[in-house]
Amino acid sequence: MTEPAALGLGGVMRATIRRELLLAMRSPGDVINPLMFFILAVVLFPLGGGVEDAFLSTIASGVIWVTALLAVMLSMDSLFRADYEDGNLEQLLMSPQPLYFLVLAKVFSHWLMACLPIIVLAPVLALMLQMPASGITALMVSLLLGTPVLCLIGGIGMALTVGLSRSGLLLAVLILPLYVPVLIFGAGVVDAAINNMAYSGLLALMGAILALAISLSPLAIVAALRISVN
Amino acid sequence: MAQGMLEAQHLTCERDDRVLFQNLAFSVSAGQAVQVQGANGSGKTTLLRILCGLNHDYEGDILWRGEPIHKQKADFRSSVFYLGHAPAINKTLTAADNLRWFCASRGIAKPAGIREALAAFDLNGYDDVPCYMMSAGQQRRVSLARMKLVPASLWILDEPFTALDKKGVSELEALLSDFVGAGGALMLTTHHSLQMQCPVSAIDLDAWKPGARHD
Repeated sequence: MTEPAALGLGGVMRATIRRELLLAMRSPGDVINPLMFFILAVVLFPLGGGVEDAFLSTIASGVIWVTALLAVMLSMDSLFRADYEDGNLEQLLMSPQPLYFLVLAKVFSHWLMACLPIIVLAPVLALMLQMPASGITALMVSLLLGTPVLCLIGGIGMALTVGLSRSGLLLAVLILPLYVPVLIFGAGVVDAAINNMAYSGLLALMGAILALAISLSPLAIVAALRISVN
Repeated sequence: MAQGMLEAQHLTCERDDRVLFQNLAFSVSAGQAVQVQGANGSGKTTLLRILCGLNHDYEGDILWRGEPIHKQKADFRSSVFYLGHAPAINKTLTAADNLRWFCASRGIAKPAGIREALAAFDLNGYDDVPCYMMSAGQQRRVSLARMKLVPASLWILDEPFTALDKKGVSELEALLSDFVGAGGALMLTTHHSLQMQCPVSAIDLDAWKPGARHD
């Protein structure tokens, strides 16, 4: 048997992302469910709270951000569940490749499928909620910086609870407190933009949180997966 | 005696206040097949998972090529092939996609022999079939096909014969014998009576329970 060609780290990450995208294509529910939840929940606010423009535009940034956050949290369940149940997680943990990057690739693919559609659709829903046009760019940028953090933190919670059969509420209790800073800064960015205030400082803070989450949470996810598989 | 590839010394595992085995010692060398025996619940799967680094609730030492295994993680992981209770096959993906990602996670680019590996397990033409359309035995075969694709010197197999038909069992036995004959080390659990071409030594976990006598 000839020695097979070795695959670099980038190749392993690409292969992982390819696998996750293939999975999403074959079972599109994981992509569509969070998006549908996002749309339906946002649409309910004007129905329940009245359709006055002033009221809607006041709550728009908060509603979009809270709903996006909940949609991401609901989507987290698919991140490791199937792999845990069919034994692929054990094989993943026994891979000689650096697990940090394998996990990062998995979370990145999850973000592509669960969060990117939300970010693309957010401006439409924001306009529906009468958000002033000056807030739209800020909303998209803040979601772009904030949702990866939500996925990474959610990944830690999911890795810890994947061994439990009903982890829904526990997951929420574990990760919602960690979601709060992202929510405050994210909605803050949009409000600042709407009120014509400088928001680059807030964006820089969100960027810093993202950098911290990318560098640390894969390590926590790997450690948590080891505990869950044990 | 030549130095073992994988050695365990003073291995003790306790689960739910019950000691599964105590002071277990054994060694597996290249070209050796070892069958882990014991009643249901005696800790066979637990032992294999401990050796693979998936279970950490143990005391004692595990040596990989003479060095403590936690210092040799990268070398160990690239030399071992583990087949667990669950087949580690994603049912949504096709057989070939499953194998392709497994190879990638082992650092192997563009594995050439996927079709051949599947054919070796009687899955000719099944490479593009999603695994949920396969029977349990066929899924097991996809899972087994992985061992044709990665270069490993130690195979740790937990009940590899589950769900296989008679022909599959004898083919797998021949494959395992060839692997051991070519200098591979094999550890497996099974309740089926093995008909291997090579000598198979046994570790009887019931003999390592606290209170059991062993010489």
